[in-house]
This record gives sequence, C-alpha cells and structure tokens, in this order.
Amino acid sequence: MVDPKAAAAVHSGHDPIKHTTSPYVTGTSVLGVTYRDGVLLAADTLGSYGSTKRYKSFERLCKVNDQTIIGAGGELSDFQYILTLLEELSNEDFCADDDAKLSPKEIYAYLSRVLYNRRSKMDPLWNSLVVGGVQDGKPFLGTITMLGVHYSDDHIATGFGQMLARPLFRERHRPDMSEEEATQLLHEGLRVCYYRDKQTTNKFQIAKVTTEGTTISEPFALETKWDYKAFVNPGALAMGTW
Amino acid sequence: MANVAYQLGSSGYAANSAHSAPHAHPSWSPYDNNGGTCVAVAGNDYCIVAASTRLSTGFSILSRDVSMIFKLSDKLMILSPGFQADARTLHKVLQQRYIQYQFNHSRPMSVAACAQLLGNTLYYKRFFPYYTFNICAGLDEQGKGAVYSYDAIGSHERSGYAVQGSGKDLIQPVLDNQLKAASPLVLPPENWMSSLPLDQAVDLVKDAFVSAGERDIYTGDAVEIYIITKEGTRREVVELKKD
Amino acid sequence: MFRNQYDQDVVTWSPQGRIHQIEYAMEAVKQGSAVVGLKSKTHVVLASIKRTSAELGAFQRKLFKIDDHVGIGASGLISDGRSISRFLRNECLSHRFVFEQPIQVSRLVRDLADRAQVATQRSWKRPYGVGILSAGYDKTGSHLYYNCPSGAYYDYKAMAIGARSQAAKTYLERNFEEFAGADVDALLQHSLKALSASVTEDELSADNTAVALVGQGTPFTILEGDALKPYLAALKADEDVPPPGDGEGEMAEATDAAASAGEPAAPEEGAPAAEGPAPMED
Repeated sequence: MVDPKAAAAVHSGHDPIKHTTSPYVTGTSVLGVTYRDGVLLAADTLGSYGSTKRYKSFERLCKVNDQTIIGAGGELSDFQYILTLLEELSNEDFCADDDAKLSPKEIYAYLSRVLYNRRSKMDPLWNSLVVGGVQDGKPFLGTITMLGVHYSDDHIATGFGQMLARPLFRERHRPDMSEEEATQLLHEGLRVCYYRDKQTTNKFQIAKVTTEGTTISEPFALETKWDYKAFVNPGALAMGTW
Repeated sequence: MANVAYQLGSSGYAANSAHSAPHAHPSWSPYDNNGGTCVAVAGNDYCIVAASTRLSTGFSILSRDVSMIFKLSDKLMILSPGFQADARTLHKVLQQRYIQYQFNHSRPMSVAACAQLLGNTLYYKRFFPYYTFNICAGLDEQGKGAVYSYDAIGSHERSGYAVQGSGKDLIQPVLDNQLKAASPLVLPPENWMSSLPLDQAVDLVKDAFVSAGERDIYTGDAVEIYIITKEGTRREVVELKKD
Repeated sequence: MFRNQYDQDVVTWSPQGRIHQIEYAMEAVKQGSAVVGLKSKTHVVLASIKRTSAELGAFQRKLFKIDDHVGIGASGLISDGRSISRFLRNECLSHRFVFEQPIQVSRLVRDLADRAQVATQRSWKRPYGVGILSAGYDKTGSHLYYNCPSGAYYDYKAMAIGARSQAAKTYLERNFEEFAGADVDALLQHSLKALSASVTEDELSADNTAVALVGQGTPFTILEGDALKPYLAALKADEDVPPPGDGEGEMAEATDAAASAGEPAAPEEGAPAAEGPAPMED
C-alpha cells in the first residue's frame, strides 16, 4: 500500500522526509581510559547488520587532529557523516592558517551540539561517541549519546561496555596509571565484552593520544580461553537441565 | 510534532542492539531522565544552593561527578535536574542572554529578572519542552535569599525554599517540617523565608541529601553546595554513598 | 561644473582603476577622533579620544567590549561601529555556544572583513564608514588588527587611526621596539603618550579619554573617568621631563622598521588614498 503522504510528496516533486527510527549497520562498545600521559580508546572493528557480521574491518577509532581522537558505536553510516563534519572543521583550521587547531574540548562541545540538534529535529544521529585527547598537557575524555547527553570522566564505556567493562574500570582505574597498566585494563575490558556481548568480535584496535600526538594500533586479537570443563559438557554439573 | 506522546525512559541503541535484526524501534524518545536532586534555601541574608552530582540513565550510573548547578554569577545560579542534554542547552541559552543583558543594560541581571527570563525561556518551548525541573536561586537586590522553582514549561513561584528532582518526594516534607518557615497559606501573611541561622540550615540540607541518598537510587556520590552571602560565595562538596 | 562620473555608486570602476565610494568611506575613518592600539607579548591596549557634540553633551564612547577576550575601538561613523560591535558580539556568543571556548581573534576580524567586503560589491549597499581597531588575546597570543571599510584587514604591532592619527603613528613608530616586552603600566603610558600627540586644542582629560586593556589573565576592561586619573597624572608627570633624542634620521629608520613589521605599504593592496589627493577634493 502506498503511503498517501509519500505519494503526494512524489507528485509535488519532493522526496518524503525520512528520519532514522532504527539503525542498520552498527558498532558496539567503545572503551576509554585516561592515564598518566594521555588517553587510550579501544573498540573492535565489527560493523554488524543485525546479527550478521557485515563488515569485519571497520575502523571505529579515528584521528581528528594531533591532539584528538574519536571513537563511535551505533549507526556507522551516521559516524562516517560525523567524520565529514569534523573534516570540514579541520579544513577550515588549515585554511585559516593561524596556528589554531580545534582542541579536544571544542570538538566534544561541538559534537554534543550536533547530536542534540539532530535529536531535537526528531532525526537523530544514532551514535554514542567518545572523544579523547590531551589539552593543556592534561588528558581529556568525554562521551556523547544520540540524545545529546554528554559527560567527561576518567574512564568511559559506551553500549554494553557500560555494563561489562565499566565495573572493571571503577575497580582498577587510577589517573596515574602507566601506559602498560592502562592497556592491560583495556584488554580486560575488551575481553569481557568479547565473552559476553555477541556483537563484539576478537579484532580490536587501541588508539592513543599523548602530548606527542596520536597513534591508532593495527588490529589485534586477544587471548581467550573457552576450554573450561563446564563449557565442554555444560550439563554435567547441572543435572536435570538441558 | 506536538501530537507525539513521548515515552520517557532510556532509549540508547545499546539496549536494542541486543536484538538480532535491524528492525523498527518500538518507539524512539527524544527524552531521557538522568535523575538527580537539588535544593535551595533562602534566608534573610543568605541563600543555600545544593545539588547531587550523579548522572544516571535507567539503572546505570553514567558518571559520579557531573554538576547540575549552573553559575550565572557568584550570586545567581540555576539548578536543573531532569534531562541533562536539555539542561545543558538551557544553561547555554541563559548564559547567552545573561551576557547580552549586560551589554544592553550595563549591569548584572537581578535574580528576579533571571527568574522571569527562565520562565519565558521554558514557556517558549511549551510544545516541545525542556525536560528539566529548575530552581533559580541567589541573592536579590536587597541582599535577601531568593528562590524560584519551576515546572518544565515555565510556571514558577518565588518561595522560601525549594526541592526539585528525583529525591523531591523524600526531602520536601523534611524541609516543610524543619526549616522554621511560615506556610505561604497563613493569613495574614507571615515571612515565609527560613528563620534558621545559616549554619543550621546548611546542616539540614546536608542531612537531607544523606537521607535521600539512602533511598533514592538517582541521588548519591556527592552533593555540591554553594553558600551565598553578601560577603561572598563558598563552595562545599559532601561525599554521599556511591551505591 | 565638473562632476565626477565614476563616484556615484560602489559598483562602478573609475578608468584609473579606483572605486571612489570605497575611498570616500575610508576618508570617513579619518574624520573620526583618534584611536590608538598597541600590544606587548601578553597584553593589548586601546586608547581613544572621545568627542562631544555640544558643550552640554556627553562624550561619545568609541571603545566597545565584544567578549571577555576581545574589544574594539572605532573611528568614523560610530553608528556603523555600534552595528559592527553587535555583529561581533553575536559572532562571539555563537562561537562560545557551539565550542565552549572563545573565538580566535584572527577569525573574528576575518568574519568582519568578509562582511565589510560584501558591502563593496553590491549596488544596493554602502561600505561601512568606520575603521575598527580590534584588541584581543587568545591561545595564539595577543593581537591587534585594523579593519578598513574596503574589507581589507591588517595585523599590527601598533597602530593609530582617525583624525591627526599620523602624529600618534609617528610616536608608535619611534617607540615600538619597547612594546613587546613592556608591562601593562608601560603599555598604558605609551598608549596615552601616542594619543596625546594626536590632540590639538584640549589636552587629554579623564572626560575625553578612554583606554581599554586585554591580555593574559585580564578580561577586556575599559578604563575611563576616575579610573583613568592615575594614568593621566603619571602621563603629566612624565611630560614635564623632556623626552630624550628627537633626531630626524632616527625617525626615518623607525618608520622603515614599522613598515616591514606589517604596515600596509604596497599600493596594490589597498589605501589608494595615500597615493595622491583624496578623490573628494578632485
């Protein structure tokens, strides 16, 4: 059945206005921690189409400039659109040629306006964003939801990570951690996400920002252990089930 | 847009990405409730302003140290529990208007002027409201405490004290009972400002937050308190339980 | 009677390659009272002479605060200056709303220049009749810019605009080497000395003078009236001592140095009025 409103729109030469009511290709959690020298972000590289592993090498962590990185979960096409917005801003900085670059806090504030404005149009960008950076020699880590809710904290996790990794962070995180300790903590967080969130794959990246600049690691896999006796024969220890 | 009945509640993709296929969402809501409690008490020569610092959504704690108090100046503050994104936007709008007022009038905005502005700003979005439950507080032009409380669409009233947010039901009756302020219903009218000395009022506010933190899951972590007198403004933070 | 055919609107070139309407607008800047600006590494100062329209009138303000980190001084048509200050204030507020950080001064003056330029290319518009000295401090340091009605804008270490500003400019050119390392008080004194060179009949007073200051840790502040008196007293005390060194050769040298420091000297880049008599007098 043709939607009469849409049909009318076609006749008048305009497309019907379409709003996002559900995401298509999505990324899951992004994790982030501050440490002694800066910020680390971590995410897997999966773009899920429902329960299909649609894109297996999608990089969800991106460099914005030498002092800022951004990570995203949620609708990945919306994320790529957001990256074009940031690209435009960076180009403006380049063209102005006045040595001023957007700082992590400016990017964070800007993105919170973008996401809030879109939700206010009832046409949300379906993402949870994490912004990491170093500003005035201090680490900055913030997150923004699709509704425009935003906060900065010493450690952050979006999506399932909020339930799975954040408790680990709350227990073990210290602002004065070394890079090794912080990486270790992120690995723990990623591992538990991989074990418990079926939308996570074992192909991860970690992005780092320090005063020296930004780096995004090559994808890597974590050691996992599945051969617990209870897994091999789950029914053996629970008689009467299964 | 005005015909849409919004369902409040958490609406992140996370909860839904647990399902299997890209499917139509049951209903997407532009709103969330991020919880939090705030209190303001007006005395004859002081104003106490306090707000919890926990940011929540659903049963999750997003952060333990997010301020709900927006300082327009040392003597004028807006407290906004409810939907954090709306609160932040409202604060930014008011900040702009506050600066423009100073350019136009060459003096800072009075609490009364700000209170009216806040009411108008909220009502401007009558049919797509800011989901925030504000208190506007500070010292008025006579140096007396001034507290105004609002609903989401701008109706407001000046009072001797106010409580807003998730812990309102727990704290309001305690303040009604303990603040030694005459009811505004008493005739002939009596001074409804708190007659408590400043230090006792501060202690009462702290106790109220500790108690609310015990029973309200959206109140906890810490309470941020500003004590405004004509000598100046002092900030205190009292830790609350983190559970 | 001679009538110039090429100065009737802003979209007509003269055969000499000039747009007279723009040049007239630039003349308007010279008719306003003087504004002086100069900067150190950390601070920028503006100083202005205010005029009254009548014996019983108040002195007209020509320094405007734009944001905590930037302010302007206007010379020429001050009503245009106020319109510009409203535009700049809105730019600053919008930028803060989106980025929660003050706007770069360089971008602010560029936005103003873009706006001024549009008025030089539309038949139904007129160029601004005001010159704007902008003083600001941001993460790339202290800045002093001059925005011309033509839409051109220039970066300066020190500059003076308005009536008899040449005298102030001469002072600045002689002394600019001291400015970079100067402290706030020295900077203020230099600004007043430069400004006093542009005064003829009266001398600087707490009524007819206004000074503004912005810099590291100092939000844009306008000093006038009583707040200015100690600085004027210091100026007076200093004037009683004759200034050292007043040679002509020295001056020429200093002028060259100032020109290489960002003076808009190249004729093809603007300021055609400097090439000969003003077209109005043709």
